[in-house]
Amino acid sequence: MVDAAVPRFAFERPLLRLVGNARVAAGGGVLALLLLIALAAPWIAPFDPLDQDLSAQMQHPSFSAASGGHWLGADSLGRDLLSRLIYGTRIALEVAVLAAVPTAVLGTGLGLIAGYFGGLLDAVISRLVDVWTSFPPVLLSIILVALIGTGLSSVIIAIIVIDWTRFCRVIRAETFKQRHMDYVDAAVVAGLRPLTILGREILPNVLPLVLVLLTLEMGIAVIVEAILSFVGLSVSSDTPTWGGMIAEGRTIIHQAPWIMAFPMLALLVTVLALNLLGDGLKAELDPVLR
Amino acid sequence: MTAVLTIQRLCAELPATGARLLSNVSLAVAAGEVHGLVGMSGAGKSMIAKAILGVLPPAVRITSGSIQFEGTEIVGLPRPRMRDLLARGIALIPQDPLTALNATRRIEAQITDVMRARLGLGARAARLRALSLLGEVQIRDPASLLRRYPHEISGGQRQRVLIAIAFACNPKLIIADEPTTALDVTVQKQILRLIHDLRRTHGTAFLFVTHDLGVVAKICDSLSVMHAGVIVEQGAVADVIAAPAHPFTRALFAATPRHDRPDAELRPVSESVQRAVVEASQR
Repeated sequence: MVDAAVPRFAFERPLLRLVGNARVAAGGGVLALLLLIALAAPWIAPFDPLDQDLSAQMQHPSFSAASGGHWLGADSLGRDLLSRLIYGTRIALEVAVLAAVPTAVLGTGLGLIAGYFGGLLDAVISRLVDVWTSFPPVLLSIILVALIGTGLSSVIIAIIVIDWTRFCRVIRAETFKQRHMDYVDAAVVAGLRPLTILGREILPNVLPLVLVLLTLEMGIAVIVEAILSFVGLSVSSDTPTWGGMIAEGRTIIHQAPWIMAFPMLALLVTVLALNLLGDGLKAELDPVLR
Repeated sequence: MTAVLTIQRLCAELPATGARLLSNVSLAVAAGEVHGLVGMSGAGKSMIAKAILGVLPPAVRITSGSIQFEGTEIVGLPRPRMRDLLARGIALIPQDPLTALNATRRIEAQITDVMRARLGLGARAARLRALSLLGEVQIRDPASLLRRYPHEISGGQRQRVLIAIAFACNPKLIIADEPTTALDVTVQKQILRLIHDLRRTHGTAFLFVTHDLGVVAKICDSLSVMHAGVIVEQGAVADVIAAPAHPFTRALFAATPRHDRPDAELRPVSESVQRAVVEASQR
């Protein structure tokens, strides 16, 4: 049976108003630009990010012809920094989406169940969250990746396994609050089954919150990937990543500080944009703050 | 007349604090009858409504007594059987039409959900029935209303939608939990009129929870007066209004303006009367 009126989100209509929010516009704009850069990397990167040019080792950033076209300079192997940064955007955004979305789904699902059913189910899930969050997350992720092997998929799995608790805790509390609203009682009296009530009645009401958390989680995922790249536990070293570039630049920070500075700046801008977007969405979607 | 709903010596408490919420509450609603449940805020009126519908807050426990709907015991009934029983004939008109509708879903989905869950109607059949019900609750352009979200329609319209939802599955009993409290006075009158008319054409019994004696006088057949979890007086509306027996009922009437005695002075229900009820219930 096809439901004639598929439930739609409350924020669907005020989409235009959302874009009117300065933080949403700034964060979203920067992210759109980054996405464009990631997609168009092969066409806009001036060099192959892996091409070594030994005559350009530790080349200073410069727009002059003498720099050989390395606008942001080159690293210790003479690879073009701008091109590596552009290709690094791909990995960063890939991790942001592929890690944050499943994290949100897992955490939100468990949070809904714990908050709605309560009792033993809630006790088990909540204690699990308590135990989980008592581990230092960076350490836990390094151990996890060391155990299941390096690579992008391991990084993504590590983020999901560690960070679902963020969603679970917040969504559980919100579900608990919604559960005692009249509309849920009305749905119970109407004879709807618990899972139907969760999916059709409560989920749309917690979705704005999930969206806010999701953008923040994307920022966290980008940082975690950079950390794991930095310690050499992410993708293999022939794939350019921002974390890997920072690690390389660290060893020669006194001779060529820009090698480390540019990927750090890229990281900063990306995470700042995601946080701005998250804050803006929170301000627009949270009825208490509005 | 056979009783649709019978409540016998129902007691409920908050185990956490030991506070008694309901003490020995007994009442019966006959088929097609409108029974008013009146009292001040916090008297336990909504608690009774929630107990009948099986949606008491988890912190509240029923300690003894029984609630029967057409002979089936509700107290302690497992969830799935409770769903069947509600489907067989109890519906709710809630107090606040804003929070009782889901803000994120269109009116159509919220009306048809009930009919699809309880009557097993398909999407098209449910939509047709929704349109006719909205016509019955005097909504002028039902088709366009179905497409709207709750925040896009007025309070009166929202309450009409909720009434339509309550009547959707031809219930035998409707629990109306202060259905006019959140509305302004002119809309209140229209909604009462509507409930009154629908009740006549459908022959539905009502448990009408309210703190408004004027409402009771207009549409109820019998009434129970409650205070502090105790029913202090019960009887046919005409009898109780003509000769209230309990001091609390008299005090409640004295606090209510009457069109037949416009000059009578209004007196708030005094603390001593309230205390007397509480003390009597603890003995």
